[in-house]
Amino acid sequence: MNGVHDMGGMHGFGPVEPEANEPVFHHRWEARTRAIVTALGFWRKWNIDYGRHQRELIPPAEYLRMSYYEKWFTALAGQIVQLGLVTREEIESGRPAPGTSKATPPLTAEGVHEAIFGTRPYTRDVQVAARFKPGDRVRTRNLHPAGHTRLPRYARNHVGIVQHDHGAHVFPDTNAHFQGEHPQHLYSVRFEARELWGDEASSQDAIYIDLWESYLDRP
Amino acid sequence: MAHDHEHDHGQDVPSDLTLRVKALESLLVEKGLVDPAALDAIVDTYEHKIGPRNGTRVVAKAWSDPAYKTRLLQDATAAIAELGYMGRQGEHMVALENTPRIHNLVVCTLCSCYPIPVLGLPPVWYKSSPYRSRAVREPRVVLREFGVTLPEDVEVRVWDSTAEVRYLVLPERPAGTAGMTEEQLAALVTRDSMIGTGLVAAPAAGGKR
Repeated sequence: MNGVHDMGGMHGFGPVEPEANEPVFHHRWEARTRAIVTALGFWRKWNIDYGRHQRELIPPAEYLRMSYYEKWFTALAGQIVQLGLVTREEIESGRPAPGTSKATPPLTAEGVHEAIFGTRPYTRDVQVAARFKPGDRVRTRNLHPAGHTRLPRYARNHVGIVQHDHGAHVFPDTNAHFQGEHPQHLYSVRFEARELWGDEASSQDAIYIDLWESYLDRP
Repeated sequence: MAHDHEHDHGQDVPSDLTLRVKALESLLVEKGLVDPAALDAIVDTYEHKIGPRNGTRVVAKAWSDPAYKTRLLQDATAAIAELGYMGRQGEHMVALENTPRIHNLVVCTLCSCYPIPVLGLPPVWYKSSPYRSRAVREPRVVLREFGVTLPEDVEVRVWDSTAEVRYLVLPERPAGTAGMTEEQLAALVTRDSMIGTGLVAAPAAGGKR
């Protein structure tokens, strides 16, 4: 979707403001929000791409106003209702609906180490032939899907050179909508800075973007 | 980004979000959907068990051990796992070597993807609109704001983390560090130097972010 989350190249946001000695979390609610999202993930109702897309769906003015974890909390509150973990009435009343039996959490304290230090690769062992190889010139397609995509707007309809084939990775554009993983070859593609930003950019510089095969065409 | 995280500084009443998150957590606990002890353990892990210190050890070892550096540049996921660092958001690691000719800078323009097992959770500025919007379009201006001015003939490579591949910058080893132990070297390495918004200063110059 052409949302405000896709902000590469936009003007007007001001300077980057690093904070000295920044804490991991600024508020307890931020830490709890992160932990709740991680823990609820073990109900296996959603995947990482779905979660990202829910945050993208926050209306633009709200998205820009909210802090990072406010976006997380807002998206979370919506998705647990949408996916049937809680009802809207329960969120409003703060209490479980009368007569509901208590579930058993899939993630306990003992499982947390594995939840964070375990790995869940996004590569899939499928035999799909690669359409491109390192050194190939490619043009990104001029795609504007209404749903989730990882092809940034600033990189659409531009020519770059394939640097590396990462192998077949889960395709976020379908996975985010529970339409299957449809693994595709993922390529690291190099774009000259001037190809993307014009002559104001340095002739020395380049942008490297990881792009799925169906985002690409021959130039 | 002051407006981002200071809504409730200096107030005696708990903020709206404090109350809303607390209310949601107690509902989820009552329904048996989350275990509060698991939430405590997750927070403790992010606050105390993961952080840029992990990445500094990877960098120091690469500076000290040429064979390790070769492995790191060839298969960063495996080389980083040799030191015991792995986990969510580190499944597909790539190490980017800074040289006198090439400077690498990492961003995620679409959200805030970050190599958590080696750097911990990202700082607010990395997740902010200014950094996400500008790093790809004017990396040299952004770098100057971080105090890094690169000669014109250095090639700046910006890496936009659009997939599940996560990038760790291997900064240049500063002069004046010959004979230092891995531990001493690791203490010189900053988080920002592993994102690409900083350089590693020589020991006497100091300055760590």
